[in-house]
Amino acid sequence: MAPENHITEVGGTGVPIPGDDIDTDQILPARFMKEVTFDNMADYLFYDARRDDDGEFNDHPLNRFDGASIAVINSNFGCGSSREHAPQAMMRWGVDGIVGESYAEIFRDNCKSLGIPAVTTDHETVVELQEWIEANPDGEIDIDVENEEVTYGETTIDVDIDHAMKEALVEGIWDTTSLMYSNKSKVESTVADLPYVQSD
Amino acid sequence: MSNGTLYDKVWDKHKVTELPNGQDQLFIGLHLVHEVTSPQAFGMLRERELEVAYPNQTFATTDHIAPTEEEKRKRPLKDDQAEEMLTALETNTSDNGITFFGFESGKQGITHVVAPELGLSQPGMTVACGDSHTATHGAFGSIGVGIGTSQIRDVLATGCIAADKQKVRRINVEGELGEGVYAKDIILKIIQDLGVDGGVGHVYEYGGEAIEALDMEGRLAVCNMSIEGGARAGYINPDETTYDYLEGREYVPEGDEFEERKEYWESIKSDEDAEYDDVVTVDADGIDPLITWGINPGQVIEISDTVPEPDDFEARTDREAAEQALDHMDIEPGQSMVGYDVDVAFLGTCTNGRVSDFEEAAKILEGNKVSDDVRALAVPGSESVRAECEARGLDEVFINAGFQWRRAGCSMCLAMNDDALEGDEVCASSSNRNFIGRQGSKDGRTVLMSPAMVAAAAVEGEVTDARDYLDDEPAGSASGVGEAAD
Repeated sequence: MAPENHITEVGGTGVPIPGDDIDTDQILPARFMKEVTFDNMADYLFYDARRDDDGEFNDHPLNRFDGASIAVINSNFGCGSSREHAPQAMMRWGVDGIVGESYAEIFRDNCKSLGIPAVTTDHETVVELQEWIEANPDGEIDIDVENEEVTYGETTIDVDIDHAMKEALVEGIWDTTSLMYSNKSKVESTVADLPYVQSD
Repeated sequence: MSNGTLYDKVWDKHKVTELPNGQDQLFIGLHLVHEVTSPQAFGMLRERELEVAYPNQTFATTDHIAPTEEEKRKRPLKDDQAEEMLTALETNTSDNGITFFGFESGKQGITHVVAPELGLSQPGMTVACGDSHTATHGAFGSIGVGIGTSQIRDVLATGCIAADKQKVRRINVEGELGEGVYAKDIILKIIQDLGVDGGVGHVYEYGGEAIEALDMEGRLAVCNMSIEGGARAGYINPDETTYDYLEGREYVPEGDEFEERKEYWESIKSDEDAEYDDVVTVDADGIDPLITWGINPGQVIEISDTVPEPDDFEARTDREAAEQALDHMDIEPGQSMVGYDVDVAFLGTCTNGRVSDFEEAAKILEGNKVSDDVRALAVPGSESVRAECEARGLDEVFINAGFQWRRAGCSMCLAMNDDALEGDEVCASSSNRNFIGRQGSKDGRTVLMSPAMVAAAAVEGEVTDARDYLDDEPAGSASGVGEAAD
């Protein structure tokens, strides 16, 4: 992964994933986490929800909107476990950005780590966008991270983005390892004041 | 903005600096590692030719994929993927000088059970683990947060995470628990009151008489399910209960050093006049045992109540979620959960896999038999818990009743090993999540409840009020919070 990218704008066709409290066990069932890399995770995205009892693909949006880049979700998306496998699977499936009502915190943090803008707006606006995608499966949706706007068709809406996420993406500093690694001496002085950490 | 809370104090002590993106760089004093979410992070480290910055603050064990049947723990594990994950963890920890508690150590188990019982989790720490139930450690008065794999890489490489400080909500849990009502019921009650996303943007500080009365194992169960309420972290201020539990444990200093450490622990407690972003009161006085009826932990009722009508919910989305839940669980509004058929009884997990949990369940099972139709699993949260239960003869109670007595691991909580629901089986479970598919079958149905309730359900073959089995208990065990297990 090349973490030095500035991510100011992402776009493409959309996929609505309706429902509140969609948990990480639905997004990426635990039995598919038994791999030591994230390479195959796209194959397991919403694995059970996308299939009928006989194992055939059903009419789940991910089956109907293949090739989409922008997922549109409702509230508390990604609740449950901390598994980065969930946003990794979405990213590897093709999702470059997410518009929704709200996210579970660890999920949103994981999106930030991966450079996936996850923006928010109100319920009505999200539902309108989801309906628009159903009517316009080939329509382009653009997330302008810098200006906090989402444009689709003739419509432009204001959206919110977590401040740290925006800074990270726009400034291209979402690789927190390098960022924090450069503060080594400051870490050492913090540690020196903690009574429970023995100096190595 | 909160001020003077434990959260503020511990945060300030561990804050390294403010990062250009506006987040704080926070030092992590205890990093717990397991086999499922860490191999990719170690891989990223190798790619960048970085070393583990604080190996002495890092401890690993295997839990998610651990087979719980004795013969299946022989190496190489029969499941190739599980073997690959376990081998990767062994190599990664040994290459980096990280202590690893494997099957042979006698200390293997679920990270959130192992770290507390070894005394690794202490007040005033920051704790991180690639697992959302890291909030558990807050029971000692620490900040425990679940992190993703890229953040695991951050902690391995720098000892730190980039984090946003949250708001602090004080939750006063008032009242006294009756017999047969436990810490698990308190946290389910809190989630019932505040919702599954009520805690988003907050950490929960639990307090009040019902919390103070809990022993450490009860407090661990409460903090454990903070995440099910949407709060990434939850904690309880340390007190004598905390210090008594810690004293004498393997990784806790002794003598003068203990006293010095205690001064630090005392210093990070929330001030009397601390300011909170929000204060709520939850009335736990005389509550009945709680059980879930749906597909998220907020879809929960007291055993004496009936399954709600979807129209009872104000929000359209809650009504839809209720419809989906009724359909999945195959139940009707207005129905009592008492009598709901159970196929599997599962006792264990990082929520309720500690000695007192097995002790409470054993009180129900003593002299009773598991229903013929029920497959019953008792899975200790750690090998130390198993050993302690066996020393007390509890394993005999479980085996005589018809439970399978297993080795330690996460087991059927998320079914990454062989322990899984089949088809649309119903599981009476002491775990923490009733999400669709969680226990390994997409049609499987989970009913969350306390360990005592799991034991009673196992015996009856259906959901039942465990208190019916406790009537003959001698006086003195009516505190409702298992005896201290240490």
